[in-house]
Amino acid sequence: MDFIRKWVQALFFILTNGYWNFPLSKGIYKGPLKIVCSPGLNCYSCPAATTYCPLGSLQQLLAGIRMSLENGQFFVGFYVVGTMGVIGGFVGRMVCGWACPFGLFQELLYKIPSPKFGIWSPLRSIKYLLLLFMVILLPLFAIDEFGFGSTWFCKYVCPAGTLEAGLPMLVLQPGLRESIGLLFFNKLFVLVLFIIWAVLASRPFCRTACPLGAFYALFSKIKLVKLRLDPARCTHCQACHTVCPMGVRFNESPDDMECISCLACSKACMFDAISLEVGGLSIARQPRPSGCQLKNPT
Amino acid sequence: MTPQKNNPLTQKIRPAPFVTIFIFLVLGIIGITLEEPSRVLEQAKQICLSCIGIG
Repeated sequence: MDFIRKWVQALFFILTNGYWNFPLSKGIYKGPLKIVCSPGLNCYSCPAATTYCPLGSLQQLLAGIRMSLENGQFFVGFYVVGTMGVIGGFVGRMVCGWACPFGLFQELLYKIPSPKFGIWSPLRSIKYLLLLFMVILLPLFAIDEFGFGSTWFCKYVCPAGTLEAGLPMLVLQPGLRESIGLLFFNKLFVLVLFIIWAVLASRPFCRTACPLGAFYALFSKIKLVKLRLDPARCTHCQACHTVCPMGVRFNESPDDMECISCLACSKACMFDAISLEVGGLSIARQPRPSGCQLKNPT
Repeated sequence: MTPQKNNPLTQKIRPAPFVTIFIFLVLGIIGITLEEPSRVLEQAKQICLSCIGIG
């Protein structure tokens, strides 16, 4: 299953970054596909990006909401939030495990041989604060003298934007190098920090700082496609604890907001206790190995 | 031996995901009728330099 997941991740990477003419055009894709939402974190100022980033779009809409309303245009984020909500309602954070280019990038970094560490679980809550303050409240209320807000998360934090857009644009358009300053070095520092952290710990950005993941996490209990635990089959062997890239203890918390439905736990479970369900109906079940005993057979 | 809840005949469909998806779908359609996608497209076609830490 992990093999299939890697192919799906690669497919989404190519679909959301399918504009390969950028070395010649020296700019970004400007075609109609940019009306389509990227399910994962993928900066739309990336030269290869063919879709829009929901976080970037939402911040820009909120930052310019006063101007829109003054002009009689109700661009308040209904389309963007609606799209994000539909994706969240279908698969929630499965996007992080299957369709996010920055998630794939972190997974590849984690394969670099090094000492590996866990992540202190209270740090998980930072991403919800970033979603609330840097994606919603600050763009909406921290305005300049002209009534415009700013894209706070993109501007000061987003390492995906630095990696996918900031650095490539500096290569493509050397004239921009004169414009870089403290802001860019701050963002470069954040990117380097998360790259080093991703070598040492599994998916640190997803677990601590991704507001998109935080939004999708709100759907963990009600999403259509999710993992299901069969308590009767669970022997509490903790095999699911050790393989989870997000540090979820699945048998203790089956609806954990951190679960990205990568199915690593399902594969590791020798007792067939974890399966995939769609809207309440179980659709995938691995055959139980011969000789395995159920703890509480019914 | 198979737990009853995993029997396809006895499993119940959860309505919550469908309600959630419907609500957000309606929200998205409202956004479309307000012509928000054109604004999103307009934003996505431009490089926001300050957004990527330049300028």
